[in-house]
Amino acid sequence: MIEAFNGALALLVLVLAIWTVVARDTFAAAVGFVAYGMLLTLVWVQLQGIDVALIEGAIGGGLTGAMLIAAASRLRPTEAAARAERPGLPTRLAAALVAACVAAALAVAVLALPDPAPTLARETADNMAATGVGNPITGVLLAFRAMDTLLEAIVVLFAMIGVWALAPDRAWGGRPGRLHRADPDGILAYLARVLPPIGIVVAVYIFWIGADLPGGKFQGASILAAMWLLAAMAGLADAPPVSRTSLRVALIAGPVVFIAIGAAGVWTAGAFLAYPDGLAKPLIKVIEWALLPSLALTLALILAGAPERPAR
Amino acid sequence: MTDAATLFGLCAAALVGLGVYALIVNPQPLRKILAFNVVGNGVFVLFGAVAHRGAALGWGGDPVPQALLITGLVVAFSASALAIAVLLRLFDETGSATVASDPPEKPDADAGKA
Amino acid sequence: MTTTPGGLLLVAAVLVPFVGVLAGFALGGRNAQRAATLTILAGVGIAIAIVAAMARSDDDLVYLLGGWAPPLGIALRADGLALVMIPAIAVVILGIGVYARADFATPPGVREARAPLVFWTLLLAIWGSLNLVFVSGDLFTLYVALELLTFAAVPLVSLDGKAETLRAALRYLLYALLGSVFYLLGAVLLYGAYGTLDIRLLAEQVRPEPAALAAAALMTVGLLAKTALFPLHLWLPPAHAGAPPAASAVLSGLVIKGSWFLVVRIWFDVFPGLVTAPSAQLLAAFGAAAILVGNVVALRQERLKLLVAYSTVAQIGYLFLMFPLAFDAGTATLERGGALAGGMLQAISHATAKAAMFMAAGLVYRALGHDRIAGFAGIGRALPVSVLTFALAGLALMGLPPSGAFAAKKLLLDAAGASGQWWWEVVLDVGGLLTASYVVLVLAHALSPAAEPVKPRAPVSRLAEMAALALAICSLALGLAALGPAPLDALPNPLDPKEFGSALAVLAGGAVLALALGLRLPPLPAGDAAVAGVRRATVAIGAAFVRADGVLRQWPVAGLALMAAAIAFGAALLARA
Repeated sequence: MIEAFNGALALLVLVLAIWTVVARDTFAAAVGFVAYGMLLTLVWVQLQGIDVALIEGAIGGGLTGAMLIAAASRLRPTEAAARAERPGLPTRLAAALVAACVAAALAVAVLALPDPAPTLARETADNMAATGVGNPITGVLLAFRAMDTLLEAIVVLFAMIGVWALAPDRAWGGRPGRLHRADPDGILAYLARVLPPIGIVVAVYIFWIGADLPGGKFQGASILAAMWLLAAMAGLADAPPVSRTSLRVALIAGPVVFIAIGAAGVWTAGAFLAYPDGLAKPLIKVIEWALLPSLALTLALILAGAPERPAR
Repeated sequence: MTDAATLFGLCAAALVGLGVYALIVNPQPLRKILAFNVVGNGVFVLFGAVAHRGAALGWGGDPVPQALLITGLVVAFSASALAIAVLLRLFDETGSATVASDPPEKPDADAGKA
Repeated sequence: MTTTPGGLLLVAAVLVPFVGVLAGFALGGRNAQRAATLTILAGVGIAIAIVAAMARSDDDLVYLLGGWAPPLGIALRADGLALVMIPAIAVVILGIGVYARADFATPPGVREARAPLVFWTLLLAIWGSLNLVFVSGDLFTLYVALELLTFAAVPLVSLDGKAETLRAALRYLLYALLGSVFYLLGAVLLYGAYGTLDIRLLAEQVRPEPAALAAAALMTVGLLAKTALFPLHLWLPPAHAGAPPAASAVLSGLVIKGSWFLVVRIWFDVFPGLVTAPSAQLLAAFGAAAILVGNVVALRQERLKLLVAYSTVAQIGYLFLMFPLAFDAGTATLERGGALAGGMLQAISHATAKAAMFMAAGLVYRALGHDRIAGFAGIGRALPVSVLTFALAGLALMGLPPSGAFAAKKLLLDAAGASGQWWWEVVLDVGGLLTASYVVLVLAHALSPAAEPVKPRAPVSRLAEMAALALAICSLALGLAALGPAPLDALPNPLDPKEFGSALAVLAGGAVLALALGLRLPPLPAGDAAVAGVRRATVAIGAAFVRADGVLRQWPVAGLALMAAAIAFGAALLARA
């Protein structure tokens, strides 16, 4: 029964992926991508990666899909010109051939993976006690491989700076993106008033339980960013001007706290990003509390786009 | 357990192939960004299948790859966002959206100089 | 595996630039430049400390992050390769930091301007990411480092906001993202097969299995796309030519070295036993094609910045010639020896020389308002320091003694002679001639007298000129390290008199090639119809190269080339003797 369900799910995912590739209209392809993202969330559940399913649903399907649909509708006027650029049959056949080769080689590699599979689960379990948290993924993210998480927070910030760098000079220091207006009596404004409070509670809950159950700051931050996006689309919220120092400090606060605690670990626990005995869980909590707002702000501002309107 | 992993692993291989085809063939940059996301998802699903194969001790999967997946998904989102931002700015500047090379400079006229 | 004393310096090398980014970004305005200045000084100090620490001990510097050992944790590791790269990059960043003070100062009366803030923060961002590439010992951390590098480099391409640069930035970003996703795919396969992402642990376990072979092919090709090795170079010429000069110096001199270093790292440290003779020859064949096509197309360019960008395409080819020369047919593995040393020396010589070249081109552009080579007459008198910088950087790239490239070329030639691979000797020599040709061409135009004296449109900063000149001299003097302390006496003696003879021969040969293939030369005296015929033929050949390059730089063709390269590498790795 489960095999049949998995088979149907895999097939549906492939069908939707093919749809996003061959659909004539880019807008339709973007919509198909959102559905495909939702199905991928189910795939993660079937692979028993609930934490990943949460992130895929929030970011992969939700935020990425929103971005793609917004871009597709703005780029509608370029469809005709682009269609004229489509490569001819020989190129498409060659592309299909190389793509099939690469996929086949990957399939061979997948089928040849060793059995029993090597795993780090045992090592993780042996060392979880030192971290004080119950969710092994949180342990990996914030203790064993904390450097990757720190770098990841910095990567997202660099992407945001890159988006800001695209602003025209006259709009520098102003507010990102366009000001949206929605019918104040329409469904969008209604949802934007009703959903965000619920969303914020859900986000904080998912963040809070991430220490011992699936969840965590990435999932919480993406839901917060999504709630802000909803309010902004309905015209109920506006992005702050990028020159505001309080905004900038809020953006770097998370990584700075992370680096500070990591540096303190050099003296108190003997290594950068090490935690002294017994203090691991509280310190992890502090880092997460600091990273949640910074991450949510960064993701929201990346979605908002480059500054386009000069500050008042 | 391994059946689900192998099935989705093969599905991931197909996704990578599909995305690669779309990336080469579709001229619109937005479709290329979509295709890049499909390839990326294929890689992530493969990683998830690898994690599921490493299930042990009552956990559904090997936690190290699952943690890395979360990082990877956030990085992929930032990459798509940056690409879309550049694309939209290009559209605002020129009214067109294409990565085709600019037309080559006019051929020089020095064939006569000897 | 344990942390060694001095290992904390590795953490500092990565995090100090990032802290500089955060501080400069948050404080905003002119503080971004002040934070950059302080950080550059601190970073240079850290680089010196790392060199001193490694000189004191024989082993690599190791640092276990969080105290957790691989395979569960992440280790930072600095070996001989990192020892060469970290100080060299620090020196180039210092030079660029001084040079860019003129171009990216916040104008008075404005609290904060976009271009300066973005430039100073991204300069530090690139530095930190590069250091992370050099010292990280874990494949996933290296993936994050690659993404850091791409996200920091792309906005520099379109810093001036013009349409062509935006298009170039988009093309760069998409191709680079495809490269990193292929790299990640390879890393995923390796974890699936061996259960670890640590480089040392993987090296002990990697066998010629389907997963490892696929991973090697995919990771290599992904990194080649990010390094713009021919024929995967579609994004580089417009991106490096369109960026502001200080940014071009960073992009050409430094950013490309990051993904190239990773190819070296994974081939020599993760897959040395997996490499086969055909795959090593294939990699260098791409390099040879890059040298040939890149140099000829450079010679045909009308604008200096595009010429220098195509020169980068060619010089990248040099960086890959060392692979078959390091391959030991007897043990069927890559050995760390003279060829590897030559390759590393080539990389740092190119970094310094190319940065200096782009800086000189930027100074000329600032003074003249254009960079059309045909209009350069008289600038030798108006901008002597800039022209001298270009000349010295050109000599350094050509591989004339005592430059680092000369020492590198000698090391590679020795390795080629020792293994009987005479065809790479030919490639190295021809490459030197081709490089000489466009250097001679530009200098011929620059030094020819003008009808009336050239007046610079805008004042050129003396400090910027000095910074560029200093970097060019560094590159030219790298070969003198052979005369220094004992460990470096594997390098050839650069002051050997017979080298000067061959240097003159290279210059003469370059002049001949420039006459045959170049654009817009002053007309030769009326002569033979035969000479005119020969020149028409050679010009036609040059134009054909340019057309071929144009075809290869279209997206569908470049995409197909990427996939075909992956399949070719996979096949080459399967061909075990």
